[in-house]
Amino acid sequence: MGALIADTFQPSTFVDALRFIGDNPHFLLTKALEQLQLSAAALLIAAAVALPVGILLGHLHRGSTFAIGTSIVGRALPSLVLIGVFLTVLGIGFVNNMAALAVLATGPMLTNAYDGVDGVDRDVVESAHGMGMSGRQVLARIELPLALPLIFVGIRIAAVTVVATAPIAAIAGGGGLGDIIVNQASYRLEGVLGASLCVMALSAGVWLLLVGIQTAITPTGLRLTKVPGDHHLGKEPL
Amino acid sequence: MEAEPGKGPVIPDFGQGSSCEVSNGTFCWDWLKAHWDDTMQPALLQHLELTAIAVGIGFAIAFPLALLAHRVRRVEQPVSVVSALLYTIPSLALFQLLVPFTGITTLTVEIALVSYTLVILFPNIVAGLDAAPPEVLEAARAMGFTRRQVLIRVELPLAVPAIIAGLRIAVISTIAIATIAAFLLPKGLGYPIFYAIKLPDPFKTEIYAAGALAVALALVCDMLLVLARRSLVRWAR
Repeated sequence: MGALIADTFQPSTFVDALRFIGDNPHFLLTKALEQLQLSAAALLIAAAVALPVGILLGHLHRGSTFAIGTSIVGRALPSLVLIGVFLTVLGIGFVNNMAALAVLATGPMLTNAYDGVDGVDRDVVESAHGMGMSGRQVLARIELPLALPLIFVGIRIAAVTVVATAPIAAIAGGGGLGDIIVNQASYRLEGVLGASLCVMALSAGVWLLLVGIQTAITPTGLRLTKVPGDHHLGKEPL
Repeated sequence: MEAEPGKGPVIPDFGQGSSCEVSNGTFCWDWLKAHWDDTMQPALLQHLELTAIAVGIGFAIAFPLALLAHRVRRVEQPVSVVSALLYTIPSLALFQLLVPFTGITTLTVEIALVSYTLVILFPNIVAGLDAAPPEVLEAARAMGFTRRQVLIRVELPLAVPAIIAGLRIAVISTIAIATIAAFLLPKGLGYPIFYAIKLPDPFKTEIYAAGALAVALALVCDMLLVLARRSLVRWAR
């Protein structure tokens, strides 16, 4: 292996990759925006389905097997498989990839929304009931605010997963920076590496942005929640 | 050498195969039967191998690192931050970025896969080691246990559930990420899917069969780990 590493290591490729980024900022930006659009569409659809279901199940303290099962099955579904399967149903292009990415995003959002609402201190809920609050008021004024940090963890994991997976969609006509990565014939190694660096920066940027928002919206009293501690909830990176 | 395509999946031979293959039917059992030996089985075994090596090496690195972090607290924070950032690197990008160093090889794929398992295993093992209740530790010390004895006889057994929880996530995630290796190498269950998607008329049977195998592999491995936990963690019942 040693010889292999020595033979193939070409630091200059990275210089070329950076030059590729410097030479094509506009092109890369367009591709990055394409990727963000696809990701945003998928996230919105997933959120519209997963958050209400997770919150409702958590509020009723029902369906824990379903809520946890969703995240296990979701994690076991490789993105490539989802993209392939949706491709055969919906054909090549935006819609197929959006659907596949939305499925990926559903698991972490649903499970965390469920955990968040279900895990609200029962004593607190009880006293709210005792104060004469209706079920709906308890949900809106007690459970949701207290569950917010965990719900947001789910959104963050889903968002990073989707943004990081979106390049794979390029093989099924999803566009974005992945178009460059899967097309070494046209863009050569420096293009592939340059786009890979951009993909990396984009995912890290989205992660940092969401961690920042999370810290900002978390009530001071709940700040003890560790931010990097998603390992037990995380979806695979892709 | 490792980049050698091997046999590779057999292309559905349009025009010569059964009517189902020719019309790209929803699921052609006869195609699967005919190509199990030359396409699906090798892909499944390669996938299992990629996963086993990645989780094995990942555990071998994460475990001592977690023991260190358990003793030297300062190690944990920087490792977790680096892990969290590493976890955001898309696998497709990580594979490509390693190519200038290690070429288009299985080694490249394994380096990426091991990195991801580390990110999952390390925090879980640390959390497991920290899980022993303080009164239990105090009791052990009062009984005259040395630090090493406390670790081996109290903290490690109590860490088993968290360690297995980490292994479950690591195995399932690795099986999923290993499909992306197909973008680099004709290896694993991702390759038949990758191949079939790129055909002018994406061949459904191959996509469904390889996809089902990947999901089944993940669920079976997960079940085995659940069984392992049951037999190891008898006191919890």
